[in-house]
Amino acid sequence: MSTTNIILCGVGGQGTVLASKLTAAASMAKNLDVRSAETIGMAQRGGSVMSYLRIGECASPLIKSGCADIIIGFEPAETVRVLNYLKNGGTVITSDRAMMPVTAALQGSDYEGAKMTDFLKSLEGDRIGKLVIVNTDEALRDLGSAKVLNMVLLGAAARGGFLGEVGIEDIKEALVKKVKPQFHELNFKALEYASV
Amino acid sequence: MHKEFVMGNEAIGKACMAAGVQVVAGYPGTPSTEVLETIAKENDGSIYVEWSVNEKAALEVAAGASYSGARTLVTMKQVGLNVASDPLMSLEYIGVEGGMVVLVADDPGPISSQTEQDTRTFAEYSKLPCFDPSDAKEAYDMIFEAYELSEKYKTPVFMRPTTRVCHSYQSIDVRDYAEYEDHRPDGFVKDSSRWVIFPKLSYVNHAKIEERNAGLSDEFSSNVRNAVTAGTVRKGIVAQGISYANVKDILDEASAQGRDVPSLLKISTPFPFPEKLACDFLKSVDEVLVIEELDPYIERHLVYVCGRAGLNVSIKGKITGDVAPSGENLPDLVQKYISGFMGWESASSDAVKTPELPVRPPVLCAGCPHRASFYAVKKAMKGKETIFAGDIGCYTLGNAMPLDMVDTCLCMGAGLGIAQGVGRVKPDTKCFAFVGDSTFFASAITGVVNAVYNQADMTLIVLDNSTTAMTGHQPHPGTGHTMMGEFTDKIDIENILRGIGVGTVVRQDPFKLDEAVETVKRVADEPGVKAIIFEAPCAVLFKPETPYEIDLDKCVDCKMCIREIGCPGVVLKDGRVAIDEALCNGCGLCSQICPCGAIGKAVKE
Ligand SMILES: Cc1ncc(C[n+]2csc(CCOP(=O)(O)OP(=O)(O)O)c2C)c(N)n1
Ligand code: SF4
Repeated sequence: MSTTNIILCGVGGQGTVLASKLTAAASMAKNLDVRSAETIGMAQRGGSVMSYLRIGECASPLIKSGCADIIIGFEPAETVRVLNYLKNGGTVITSDRAMMPVTAALQGSDYEGAKMTDFLKSLEGDRIGKLVIVNTDEALRDLGSAKVLNMVLLGAAARGGFLGEVGIEDIKEALVKKVKPQFHELNFKALEYASV
Repeated sequence: MHKEFVMGNEAIGKACMAAGVQVVAGYPGTPSTEVLETIAKENDGSIYVEWSVNEKAALEVAAGASYSGARTLVTMKQVGLNVASDPLMSLEYIGVEGGMVVLVADDPGPISSQTEQDTRTFAEYSKLPCFDPSDAKEAYDMIFEAYELSEKYKTPVFMRPTTRVCHSYQSIDVRDYAEYEDHRPDGFVKDSSRWVIFPKLSYVNHAKIEERNAGLSDEFSSNVRNAVTAGTVRKGIVAQGISYANVKDILDEASAQGRDVPSLLKISTPFPFPEKLACDFLKSVDEVLVIEELDPYIERHLVYVCGRAGLNVSIKGKITGDVAPSGENLPDLVQKYISGFMGWESASSDAVKTPELPVRPPVLCAGCPHRASFYAVKKAMKGKETIFAGDIGCYTLGNAMPLDMVDTCLCMGAGLGIAQGVGRVKPDTKCFAFVGDSTFFASAITGVVNAVYNQADMTLIVLDNSTTAMTGHQPHPGTGHTMMGEFTDKIDIENILRGIGVGTVVRQDPFKLDEAVETVKRVADEPGVKAIIFEAPCAVLFKPETPYEIDLDKCVDCKMCIREIGCPGVVLKDGRVAIDEALCNGCGLCSQICPCGAIGKAVKE
């Protein structure tokens, strides 16, 4: 059986962990082995965070460069930072909204998300097989909540068939079990939002 | 049994519960913290769980309970073992009655620690048996064996996972509640010939320990966890922990591609080292590569085994420079080591050259009270000859620009002594020691006693944010609640300082900037040992207040707010200063810095 290797990345506090846990739960419900690893500790305070998630048989939760089937990025510069993990022709699903680190503000530099998304676009069709860029401000405005970016990105990945044997229905089932009922509708909408 | 998706640390906690642990004590420290927290969370009240004041206290509490026949668990990170080492070294000579597992989490990298010390080496030094799991499942299963071994040989046993095992998740089989063991003991049985350490007893027990460990080495040689996977050539790899998992994936992949692969030996019980097993393995190969993290522990033992058995096998690893001496063995690096060892050409995907990326070093949160405290001291001491001895906690991040307020940081509690020492060399320096509240209780009180007794001239700044923030917000003696869910009297830091004889002790709200600056100026000018307790809760613990906003008509773009305090809530948007309302928690520090009064509380529409 082959392993599906997923990398989720972003900035501390963006909800990467919940997305990775939902996918794991969905995989387990299908009797698939799952391993994952994430950054915990200092890095959480405004630092870059990254989760590895591997579905199927393997010994280590960590992923080699060039072996990720998909990168789910919550922040464009973080997506670019982990790009070397992507296998040739792999999938990238990313938010376009830049999070400005204090250091950038200190140096008076204006870090632009567009520079990152333009760079990703330049690799599309070659190094990156499939690229989905989510207009986050628009998405969150349409959905009326600032908290569901993780579901928008995860939904796009699942509906595009990029999570191996785990599909959108599996994610929904896991979500129903993990998330309070009053948030189901919003999350379902978010999962269906992005076009892939 | 049923399946659960658990973190390595949760697996260890759950296994201890299933093995009938009765007393659990520890001190928080990444990456060990979630073990004790898992037990506290799932506890039905039948297990006694405490965050002790430090690791030494934790070990001693557990020792008493183990003397009484209870199964116990002590948890800490690797540097915590340094603090607990005094009681532990002696405890090995005395032994235990109820099984005792000493969980010490090591941190290759290091990712969030001061050192890259190796508990396997400590195990050898202290003579305690040691288990080294390679994933959450192995950690879970090992705990039961560890307790059995501990009780069979009446010795504490080390369980030492590393960060990647502690913090990785895996779907594993765990016991149902009905399968939990019950080991309720009778209590302490008096026997001073057993429990009181004297030179004579140590002499006798030392001999017994050496004999036992020689036997244990043989026992470990037939332990199935130290698994051998046969290869197709006369080459071998020996690995442990997460390095083993990374090696295994790479060899499985190579095998599937039809390549020749080396034999693989996993060492899960590093001390006493399974010499017979290692010797048999070495006889099957001509060349060995050891892939391990931290010390070249296995490598040294293999060289030793070769020497004793007269084997002519080349052993490669850290000592020979074939494996990096420090840092983690991440999969890419392991691939490189193996490819080099086996003579495989490296097939890699195209490396992408990325545009310049923003760096994101960890910073104090928006609204963190430590920022305000540091800034007040900085302003008050501007132009003076100073030393700001820092310590370990979130407040170590006060070193970052633009605050730049941490001149030294060594280990928990050390700042007090360092400030005193600097003052001994140059007495006209204004010496400050900054210490967090949890660190104060854990290991700074002796430093204050030392300063008062020896008539030092220094200012102690206690950064009291009512929690142990850095490690994930654990309670401590000053917070008034325990891991058993009880509310207790808070131990008052001011009373402690006065009791020790610190003459001036002032409590101050750091967010009242002008007042705080005046307090620092006044107190620091007094002779002898004096203290300021900056009191304001950690910003993560409370619901943010109304965020602030910038009146762009008043703002003159001087960027003082950004340059002075470096709060992540103050950002640049389209070239102008702005407040990120999602991050701002309304502490108001920036509004007291703005020279134009341009920053005020946001008005709700
Ligand atoms: C001997 C030892 N034990 C544990 C740790 C892990 N550790 C790092 S910081 C810290 C506590 C910090 O709490 P506090 O002093 O209250 O500062 P805060 O993080 O709340 O600012 C601990 C326990 C350590 N570094 N050394
Ligand atoms: S967690 Fe608390 S103490 Fe640590 S940086 Fe954030 S606000 Fe400050």
